[in-house]
Amino acid sequence: MAIYLKGKGNISPQQTWGDASLLDQPKPAAGNRLACVEPDYTQYMDVRQLRRMSRILKMGVAAGSMALKEANITVPDGIITGTSYGCLEDTGIFLGKMIENKEYALNPTPFIQSTHNTIGSQIALLLQCQGYNQTYTQGAFSFEHALLDALTLLADEPNQALLVGAADEITNTSHTVQQRFGIFKDEHNTLETVNGEGVAYFVLSGEKGPSDVVAITAVTTLYNADEATLSAGIVRFLKDAGINASDIDLLLLGTSGNAAHDAFAETIATTHFANSTQAHFKHLSGEYPTASAFAVWLAARILETKAVPQNIVVKNSGRPVKRVLVYNPYFTKYHSLILLEAC
Amino acid sequence: MEQLMADLKKQIIEALNLKHLKPEDIGDDQALFVEGLGLDSIDALELIVLLQQHYNIKLANPQDGPQIFKSVRTIAEYIQANKPS
Amino acid sequence: MKGSVHVAGIGVISAIGSSASATLAAFREQESGIGHITHFDSVHKNVLPVGEVKLPNEALCDILWQGAHVTRTALLGIHAAREAVKSSGVDVKRWRTGLISATTVGGMDKTEHFFIDYLNNPNAGKLRNVVNHECGKSTEIIADDLGVKGFISTINTACSSSVNAIALGSRLIKHGLLDVVIAGGSDALSKFTLNGFNSLMILDQQPCRPFDASRSGLNLGEGAGFVVLVSDEVRQAEGVASRVLVNGYANTNDAYHQTASSPEGRGSFGAMQKALAMSGLLPQDIDYINLHGTGTLNNDLSEGTAVARLYGEKYPRMSSTKAFTGHTLGASGGIEAVFSVLALQHQCVFPNLRFETPIPEVGLVPQRTFEENVSVKHVMSNSFGFGGNCSSIIFSRN
Repeated sequence: MAIYLKGKGNISPQQTWGDASLLDQPKPAAGNRLACVEPDYTQYMDVRQLRRMSRILKMGVAAGSMALKEANITVPDGIITGTSYGCLEDTGIFLGKMIENKEYALNPTPFIQSTHNTIGSQIALLLQCQGYNQTYTQGAFSFEHALLDALTLLADEPNQALLVGAADEITNTSHTVQQRFGIFKDEHNTLETVNGEGVAYFVLSGEKGPSDVVAITAVTTLYNADEATLSAGIVRFLKDAGINASDIDLLLLGTSGNAAHDAFAETIATTHFANSTQAHFKHLSGEYPTASAFAVWLAARILETKAVPQNIVVKNSGRPVKRVLVYNPYFTKYHSLILLEAC
Repeated sequence: MEQLMADLKKQIIEALNLKHLKPEDIGDDQALFVEGLGLDSIDALELIVLLQQHYNIKLANPQDGPQIFKSVRTIAEYIQANKPS
Repeated sequence: MKGSVHVAGIGVISAIGSSASATLAAFREQESGIGHITHFDSVHKNVLPVGEVKLPNEALCDILWQGAHVTRTALLGIHAAREAVKSSGVDVKRWRTGLISATTVGGMDKTEHFFIDYLNNPNAGKLRNVVNHECGKSTEIIADDLGVKGFISTINTACSSSVNAIALGSRLIKHGLLDVVIAGGSDALSKFTLNGFNSLMILDQQPCRPFDASRSGLNLGEGAGFVVLVSDEVRQAEGVASRVLVNGYANTNDAYHQTASSPEGRGSFGAMQKALAMSGLLPQDIDYINLHGTGTLNNDLSEGTAVARLYGEKYPRMSSTKAFTGHTLGASGGIEAVFSVLALQHQCVFPNLRFETPIPEVGLVPQRTFEENVSVKHVMSNSFGFGGNCSSIIFSRN
């Protein structure tokens, strides 16, 4: 089973859209927080459409537009979105006002836009897309399940083109609260982990077009797996995909800068992928539940340009890159694998 | 009445985030919904909140909205007629 | 895609009962679960009626052996999911089992408490009250309780969420990716949703009257509903007695407005039509429709128009069960899936409480009494949500 990449759009803490030379000079975090480089949204929608939208909605619509434009498609057959936190900004606004105003005279707009499906449905509304519309919200598996959904849908109806992506935003409140959990680098710890955010959409179809160069061939998620289960899961995943670990040219590893957690993933990398080039990406995207969507964008770009940006390489095998495995651990409880191939 | 309408225009722009408009762009009798300013049912709910927050007027039935929110003038007239004493 | 997807078990908890059998009894007695808010404080407490699950958190924690930090959404979910697994008789640990749940509020009931303190001081508020905020966390808690490790997922497409969970579960079984899927949804009442829907001015201050000409809004409810879906192989190996299967489903988007449904109900019409096409059934094959029927002016007119368009003059028995349970949001599709299965198992249809006068524009007269000994072979259940998300699912008895 393979689904083919027709277009992609990525709004991330790096310059990942437009004509600029991408990723040559990574943008550093401000303290322990990486914020998206945002485009001028009036290119993507008119001011009347923009007026109500929160930042994550604008990013979602814009990234979706970028992907559709690259794919040369006006309206997709369906829209599938993964988001762990959903629309945090509007959720926080409504919750705050509800408490401050003691449940009196509350503005409805932030409530309406607080649900997770607002991003995908806003895109559907603007595009007048009446097809399949789905939103996954399973933490660090949200994007992976959007992909799995697309893989099975396109297996049944290959000629469809689906807009598939992920979105998560940082708000001041979410950052403050998450910092209190001690998961990002600060003066009290030795972590290198920085908070991240991003919105990426991809146009995927079951039919290969003449100009397609990237295929997504498999995805899986492993919940609460110990090292042995995870190892077995990786072997089975590769076997189901009809390949061996040695066939992976590039391993894109979602280590986050938390030494204790990363050790787990690095052991897996050394055990199974000793001969692959190893690279990481969370210094570019930051750590957030749907960071694997950034990794898929990065992997696709590497396969398209046939070049691996030097600043992501941890260990270079010198192999030409035809097959990329994204292995994204999120803390120690969530593990996902996404396989991309040149086609 | 004139002052009330001028205030209302500012408040509407603020509440509905109509950044592309200035108060003088909204005519006293201009239709606010659909063909006029292009507002929709969510805006109507926001206008109900505006009346509560700024004028302490509570509109019990949202179905009355379309009549009241026809234009800035009709809103102003409604406020004058229903202002709590 | 191959084989059938069987419903091996069901579990439900809502304002009208804490089990499938209690639910059926409430339907038989026409006992609505709508009443005053008792589990949390709100200025709307004695103004806006709701469909509360009668058990408070403390009682749920006791029954389920859970700690006080567990969110109500997770507690309700555990309660219904355990019943579903138990009634299926399937050993979920023996198979590649998944849990696909749906929720819209997740752990909001605890987050609300956290936020009160946090707003005063960003260093205040107990972190244990916000750690389970994410929708996916409630699914994890349910999965951990059931011992499901293989696959867990959560869907939030507003009020259509759990139908999409059941549809995904069915698809993953058909594709041979999973053998058993516990699918449905759970949503607890919270101050957040109560105030949210109140700000939209679509909450009725009286018990709701779905599909009635005098309807003036919905009542919020809470609860959870899960079905256990199994493949042909599991059905045979585990000796599952159930004769109910998932026969068709569809997901569309109305793409009309952020909250309002299109006047012609194009999304709901499309969902029903596509679900019928997938099942290979004709509209007239459906014996009972469990309507979305929230009781708002907009939904019932739009849905009614779509149903009338699909059926013309001759339409099957139909009812909205939300006059019993209230609108349980992300859980409604799961709860009403259980109701649909009960209709097939017990050859009965449920009344549309408080109905008196048809909506003049559509003229549909829903089922008014609990009726047994009717032939029910195919049931269609509708769930529609904000953002234009529309889903329909068809269960059949073979």
